[in-house]
Amino acid sequence: MSRSSDLARPTDHIEQEDGAEPVGGPRLGPIGWVRFAWRQLTSMRTALFLLLLLAIAAVPGSLVPQRSSDPNGVVQYRADHPDLYPIVDALQGFDVYTSVWFSSIYLLLFVSLIGCVLPRTRQHWQAMRSRPPRTPARLSRLDAAEERVVTGDADDALGRAEALLRKRRYRTERYGASISAERGYLRETGNLVFHGSLVGILVAVAVGGSLGYSGQKIVVEGEPFVNYVGGYDSFNRGRLVPDTALDPYRIRLDRLDIVYERENENAVGQPIDYTAHVTVQQPDSGSAADADIKVNEPLQIDGTDVYLLGNGYAPRITVRDADGDVAFSGAVPFLPQDQQMTSVGVAKIPDGLPEQLGMIGFLYPTVGQLESGALASGFPDLLDPVLSLNVYRGDLGLDTGVPVSVYTLDTDDLTQIAGRGTDVPAVELRPGETQQLPDGLGSVTFDGVSRFASLEIHHDPSQGWVLAFSILVLAGLLASLFVPRRRMWVRVHEEQDGRLRVEYAGLARGDDPGLAAAVRELADEHSGSERTVGGTT
Amino acid sequence: MTQTLDEFSALLLYLAMGVYAISFIAFTLDLARRSAGAAVVAESAADRVARARGAARGSAAGSVATLDPPRADAPARPRESLTLRVGVTLAILGWVLHLGATVLRGVAGARVPWANMYEFSMTGTLIIMGVFLLLLARRDLRFLGAIITGMVVLMLGVTTVGFRVDVVPLPPALQSYWLVIHVLVAILATAFFTVGAALSIVQLVRARRENGPESGLRLPVAIPGTVTLENWAYRVNIVGFIFWTFTLIAGAIWAEHAWGRYWGWDTKEVWTFIIWVIYAGYIHARATRGWRGSRSAWLAIVGYSAVLFNFGIVNVFFKGLHAYSGL
Ligand code: HEM
Repeated sequence: MSRSSDLARPTDHIEQEDGAEPVGGPRLGPIGWVRFAWRQLTSMRTALFLLLLLAIAAVPGSLVPQRSSDPNGVVQYRADHPDLYPIVDALQGFDVYTSVWFSSIYLLLFVSLIGCVLPRTRQHWQAMRSRPPRTPARLSRLDAAEERVVTGDADDALGRAEALLRKRRYRTERYGASISAERGYLRETGNLVFHGSLVGILVAVAVGGSLGYSGQKIVVEGEPFVNYVGGYDSFNRGRLVPDTALDPYRIRLDRLDIVYERENENAVGQPIDYTAHVTVQQPDSGSAADADIKVNEPLQIDGTDVYLLGNGYAPRITVRDADGDVAFSGAVPFLPQDQQMTSVGVAKIPDGLPEQLGMIGFLYPTVGQLESGALASGFPDLLDPVLSLNVYRGDLGLDTGVPVSVYTLDTDDLTQIAGRGTDVPAVELRPGETQQLPDGLGSVTFDGVSRFASLEIHHDPSQGWVLAFSILVLAGLLASLFVPRRRMWVRVHEEQDGRLRVEYAGLARGDDPGLAAAVRELADEHSGSERTVGGTT
Repeated sequence: MTQTLDEFSALLLYLAMGVYAISFIAFTLDLARRSAGAAVVAESAADRVARARGAARGSAAGSVATLDPPRADAPARPRESLTLRVGVTLAILGWVLHLGATVLRGVAGARVPWANMYEFSMTGTLIIMGVFLLLLARRDLRFLGAIITGMVVLMLGVTTVGFRVDVVPLPPALQSYWLVIHVLVAILATAFFTVGAALSIVQLVRARRENGPESGLRLPVAIPGTVTLENWAYRVNIVGFIFWTFTLIAGAIWAEHAWGRYWGWDTKEVWTFIIWVIYAGYIHARATRGWRGSRSAWLAIVGYSAVLFNFGIVNVFFKGLHAYSGL
């Protein structure tokens, strides 16, 4: 910052070097060029340009589904726009926020920011330790100026002025018959804290990304989940997370309670509460503890947070062979399809029967009938559940080594033996009922319905840091936008009649709506006129 | 009971819209009447300083402003106009009705009245109007009356026709005190941005007139000059920016509670971020040589368009976790 223009309104909030041409014109040595480039990169204009570019670059990610937040949307997009898909993909349009181009914009911005903040910090440090500037010759020319006539001794008047300014938290300095004062260093401190904390957030997020992990697991009522890598249905982890980072605690889902609205006609069937009752057992403690997980209330265990993200029904089915021996028994998670929790799932019975058996099931928690005669669910809760099964026999394709989803049944190599499209109606069961399978294959029993919870477990060691820096961002912002930075001067002239003429003047650095009032208020108090104390604006 | 209260709330809202509409007409008439009046440009202190500075910059390299310091910041007051007072009075009356409508809706739902688009718009416009009226008490911003009431009537029109939904209970994800904090602060930010954008619009119109006297757009005398308008817009917008920053942080905390991650580039998060970055750019622009004046005003307007887009388009048409429009 140039100190030469101290008398004028300090222009340090308007950038100084902006228009500066590189010294020596276009013929620069390599170091000159580097300097020139650095100066350009850390100029305010570049910062502005990069900020606006960042805003624009963030837009496409809201128009095109993102792999990180909406993977199914990406699959859908591929199906809907087969021509566009490869182009968008090549441009990293499905991973905008980790793309090369988006990353380079914000990294450049942060380099610029650091290049901007460091020298400013040095300057600010010096400014805080230097004396307030000399009093300008003609105070009456400044933005805010007042004049009063007082009686008494000049030295006394100066002393009082100094005391008043000190009380207002100005730093003061006496120059002859005048006082120079300055306050509001906090403004610049706030600005530096703000920008510095932005860097802090970026670093904390990056660190958290490589030290954290997250995963999902579907847990049926009565079943446990154990926190180890193999215990998850899907698992993501940062680069620096070893297998041993996971604390092998155990969560058992005892019961999942869901409350649906029944009274309000406009919202019948809308869920109003989910509560998962769980038992937690930590490896180092022998005893187990009960806990609840709700949607906005995750459970904290061993540095992880456990969230309740979804739910559904898992019908319990038992399949027996013709002799009555059990070939399959268990709860099969079905995926909800609509608001009324009509759910679809697949049961696969590879062993224990003469042939492999596959079933596609539909669960209607509260069964009703459409006009067409088809079944439908009329309410999401289990008031009158019915399970309907389409049955297939043949090769389930489980032995090929290719992983298969548990939620889909590839019917290519299968023969349907019951359900729509065959002569045999679908197997239709209420809880407790048993029905014979076609072709004498055996029987299937619908034992009842359990709920399942879809749990998400997160471990992010830097989260607290991100929050701390965010709070600093806010605090720095408040200080830098609302703390006025001012200079004030008081000069005493001894007139011939023995009275004192006192000039008061102020100068703002940056935006300062209250300057004039502050000068007036000082003048009034100093000259002892009470009338305007409190302001007459 | 719920139903009756809600119907009563809707009735009050229609009344409020009617009153606002008349207030809008009054404000517009006033503008028209005054712009047809005197041609002298009222110049506030800040503008005089700025003009003198501009002149001084040309001559003195030291750029010491050489002019008598302005003693007061009060622009010359024009003769009070009756239509203007009618406008303000009706705006206040409309606001009281609007407040009643909003409170009743809250009582009907037994919760804060900002849980879906309909309620959010209702409370949002209430706070826009409230912030405007509050600022009126501190500064003579009545020349913004036409823009603000016009916008509020328009928004309420879209709201009642397009977003109206019945009172339903809160889904579990919204049952959180963060709904109260995060959304309320977002609404406050929006209100300040609205006033800021209105000031910027007037500033741009005004700038045209200052540059070419006969550009066809005539503005009444009592409207401050561009520099004052720009300063006011800046002050209002930075308050909005602080609120928006808080909204962003509070939203991230809430997302962490509800969805298990504080930031996931969900569409709504993306747009909140975009708006934040644009306004950060706006604040920078004010400190960048060559970007003061109309350019920064344009940035404020772009930022505000993003706010409107975020609310009107992203909520309704974009897919994402923030599917709370209730439509
Ligand atoms: C991540 C990028 C950035 C963001 C989000 C950002 C945001 C902001 C905000 C909100 C302000 C106003 C509050 C305050 O004064 O503290 C501000 C002011 C400022 N920023 Fe940045 N900034 C960024 C990068 C930069 C860079 C790269 C530079 C340097 C070239 C810079 C220089 C400044 C200066 C000098 C001010 C003070 C302006 C004034 O006094 O009016 N900023 N910035």
